[in-house]
Amino acid sequence: MNIFNMTIHELHNALKGKQISSVEATAAMLERIESVEPQVGSFITVTPEKALVAAESADQRIARGECHLMTGIPMAIKDIFLTEGILTTCGSRILNNFIPPYSAASWEKLRDRGAVLLGKLNQDEFAMGSSNESSAYGTTRNPWDLSRIPGGSSGGSAAAVAASQAIATLGTDTGGSIRQPASHCGCVGLKPTYGRVSRYGVIAYASSLDQVGPLTRDVADCAVMLEAIAGHDPKDSTSVDTPVPNYSATLKNGVKGLKIGLPKEYFIDGLDPDVQVAMDAAIETYRRLGAEFVEISLPHTDYAVATYYLIATAEASSNLARYDGVRFGHRAEADGLLDMYTKSRSEGFGAEVKRRIMLGTYALSSGYYDAYYVKAQKVRTLIMNDFIRAFADVDVMLTPVAPTPAFKIGEKINDPLQMYLSDIFTIPVNLAGTCAMSLPAGFSTTGLPIGLQLIGKPFGEEALLQAGYAFEQATEWHIRKATI
Amino acid sequence: MKYQPVIGLEVHVQLLTDTKIFCGCSTKFGAEPNSQTCPVCLGLPGALPVLNKKVVEFAIKAGLSTNCSITPRSIFARKNYFYPDLPKGYQISQFEDPICQWGWLDIKVEGEEPKRIGITRIHMEEDAGKLVHGELSGPGDGSGVDLNRACTPLLEVVSEPDLRSSDEAVVYLKQLHQIVTWLGICDGNMEEGSFRCDANVSVMPVGSDKLGTRAEIKNVNSFKFVKQAIEYEIERQIDLIEDGGTVVQETRLFDPNSGKTRSMRSKEEAHDYRYFPDPDLVPLVISNEWIERSRQELPELPEQRQQRFMADMGLPLCDAEVLIASRSLADYFEAGVTAGGNAKAVGNWVMGEITRALNDSGTSIETCPVSPEQLAELLKLIDNGTISGKIAKTVFDEMWRSGKAPHLIVEEQGLLQVSDSGAIEGIIDEIMAANAGQVEEYRGGKEKVFGFFVGQVMKASKGKANPTVVNELLLNKLKG
Repeated sequence: MNIFNMTIHELHNALKGKQISSVEATAAMLERIESVEPQVGSFITVTPEKALVAAESADQRIARGECHLMTGIPMAIKDIFLTEGILTTCGSRILNNFIPPYSAASWEKLRDRGAVLLGKLNQDEFAMGSSNESSAYGTTRNPWDLSRIPGGSSGGSAAAVAASQAIATLGTDTGGSIRQPASHCGCVGLKPTYGRVSRYGVIAYASSLDQVGPLTRDVADCAVMLEAIAGHDPKDSTSVDTPVPNYSATLKNGVKGLKIGLPKEYFIDGLDPDVQVAMDAAIETYRRLGAEFVEISLPHTDYAVATYYLIATAEASSNLARYDGVRFGHRAEADGLLDMYTKSRSEGFGAEVKRRIMLGTYALSSGYYDAYYVKAQKVRTLIMNDFIRAFADVDVMLTPVAPTPAFKIGEKINDPLQMYLSDIFTIPVNLAGTCAMSLPAGFSTTGLPIGLQLIGKPFGEEALLQAGYAFEQATEWHIRKATI
Repeated sequence: MKYQPVIGLEVHVQLLTDTKIFCGCSTKFGAEPNSQTCPVCLGLPGALPVLNKKVVEFAIKAGLSTNCSITPRSIFARKNYFYPDLPKGYQISQFEDPICQWGWLDIKVEGEEPKRIGITRIHMEEDAGKLVHGELSGPGDGSGVDLNRACTPLLEVVSEPDLRSSDEAVVYLKQLHQIVTWLGICDGNMEEGSFRCDANVSVMPVGSDKLGTRAEIKNVNSFKFVKQAIEYEIERQIDLIEDGGTVVQETRLFDPNSGKTRSMRSKEEAHDYRYFPDPDLVPLVISNEWIERSRQELPELPEQRQQRFMADMGLPLCDAEVLIASRSLADYFEAGVTAGGNAKAVGNWVMGEITRALNDSGTSIETCPVSPEQLAELLKLIDNGTISGKIAKTVFDEMWRSGKAPHLIVEEQGLLQVSDSGAIEGIIDEIMAANAGQVEEYRGGKEKVFGFFVGQVMKASKGKANPTVVNELLLNKLKG
């Protein structure tokens, strides 16, 4: 088997059994990146020298008998994560020269366990987008069909896993940015509960919605990654101090008697027929495995996208104020302070980011604040309550991840509203603050991956991973590889 | 027409915490620019604020000491505006639901009735950095940003518009200053900006109940300037109205050199701060237990202490007022009394000799070389006749210089008071013989000369003669 197609588990066993060294695995990955990168464009920065140094030190650890599941595993992370001494652009021109003096807490945890960083992955600028087309560093292509988008905003993170450019990756999810690209690229993607993983050192888009999560080849890898990154961080006041379960240990508990909710608002008429077929098949699989289905209602679903685009943009308008050309990042040649602000930001930000800053600024402006921001917060509470009420009757929910498989590059770039609707099934989960994952659940008639979304209770990642694992054992969707 | 000024004050109190409000950097003043910074106070991407608990404790203390209610669930908000000294492009402050609300202070302007001034709110916030112009070590002649001060904790204390004169404003401000320094939550240094004030001033015709348009005067940093700025502003507004003009709502700056205020920006130019709850910080929940614990920990406040000095120690109001000027001064005085000194005498010495010596040497009561116990011992030596009051001053100067105990100084320098009538009589006889003319005058009915003889005797005895004995013997001898 090719090294670059291995899962974390497989490679871990090979490393531990000394069949292969981390340096060899890392070199193989770097070679693979070099060969497919011109077609896929998953990376903004590749760090071969640093990777090989890290791999060597991982090999030394393994030789000493310190072999955590992540030790020596070559992986990559979205460019939204700060990495000390390594360019961190967040997909934006305004950070085209930003070399951070510190690293994101979640990446530090993986690094401390000996994970090897191959590079930084492409993404929509400041994580604003569903297609990776808003990146200032070129659009990543879907490894299953290079004319299509990989999804976004963690498009590079999903494409790198699908194109075998990394064993696993980290992404962030504000409105579906892990799950939607995972679905489009046929990998497993988990958005943990808000507060489960530290946001420290992750460039903020919408602080009350952003959450860090893994993208992997299978559910077991997802459990390993989550175990490594989850937990309270005193540097993030919104991270929650609740124990991290041993997710891997309970993976095989099965789904017998599991109550799965089917929110009727998610099975709409406009759903792509291929997606509908995949959902029906998935329901059938779970039935066969002993799960029970309950039809439920999340009545405020219709308002989720509008609510999201008020809250997320409001927070973003404030979060992105620090990119002013004063202390770091792009500074335009200018005449005076105001001119420097205006030019630096005009040149540094792309169209989608500007659109969202303007939307958010408007929503917070005096005279509009109550009508937009405050109203949106109230609706957010209603949406949260929808989930709380529904979860009284069910253990997890099953829905599509996206209404359609991956669309063509350029298809929606000039129609922001259409683009925003691609996140219609993922956004409510972020507003509710709970967890959800995307699993490979089939292919369209044209051979594009289709994802299945499982939504869990707050801090119910254990149940999600169990349900995901059971599905994966009963199906073969996750084994199929993009032919690139 | 006569006009009634209406004044409200917003006071920024810099808190005396070791570290900043949202990160672990030092708050020490005067360090190398940008040496006390980290990703959080530099506003780097990805950095997140974590609230310093000490700041909350200080805010609760300030609230309880100004009769405020403590908000059980208070919220941090972002105040958004662009400025190079504001690294995140927003200031973390409180807007809705500040930590303290609905308090008051009772003030008294000399010669007027006491008056209650409402305190609308006290909220916590971070300070900005500062811009440095024209003294950069780097290339170019641009301006620099020093972020050492960024993220330093502040309380903003907002009064109701209850103040009616510059005198009331200054009394209120001094009282607030005394409370925060007394609590030890602020060093009170106005020059360094640890305690600074914005004044909202308007005028309306006497008898009117319709408030005039107000101007806000920014960053006035001494009691004297507050008085000047408010008085100038009142006069400016009255003149403007009398001349047929109207006062516009605006922000003005006070120029201490000219004593005038000038326009900084108008209402139209005012920022829309787009306040909204900061999603990086969770709501601050303060339990009743926490509030009660803080209440227990509060020191006796200046006003209570003044009352006790008067009621329990029999001090007159004027003495008690002076002795509570600062907590350390009051502590010093009280330690002297506890060590056995007579309250009135200790008070006089603290207000007199001690204060003089502190001023002369430029030291503060905290580092006073004479301990309150030593002062009490000195006073005992006067009381029991060991030394005279005059000699006591000599002994005190020596105590100040050497730190030695008073009885040692008395012994070493032979300063014991002379009460032996034989010895004193001898001196008197000599003096009378040398000043026969004055003796005649006295005997002729000019009793004023008595003082001259006392002085001469004391001088001849080098101040050691017991004045009571001197008086008695002199009287007898002069009368012949």
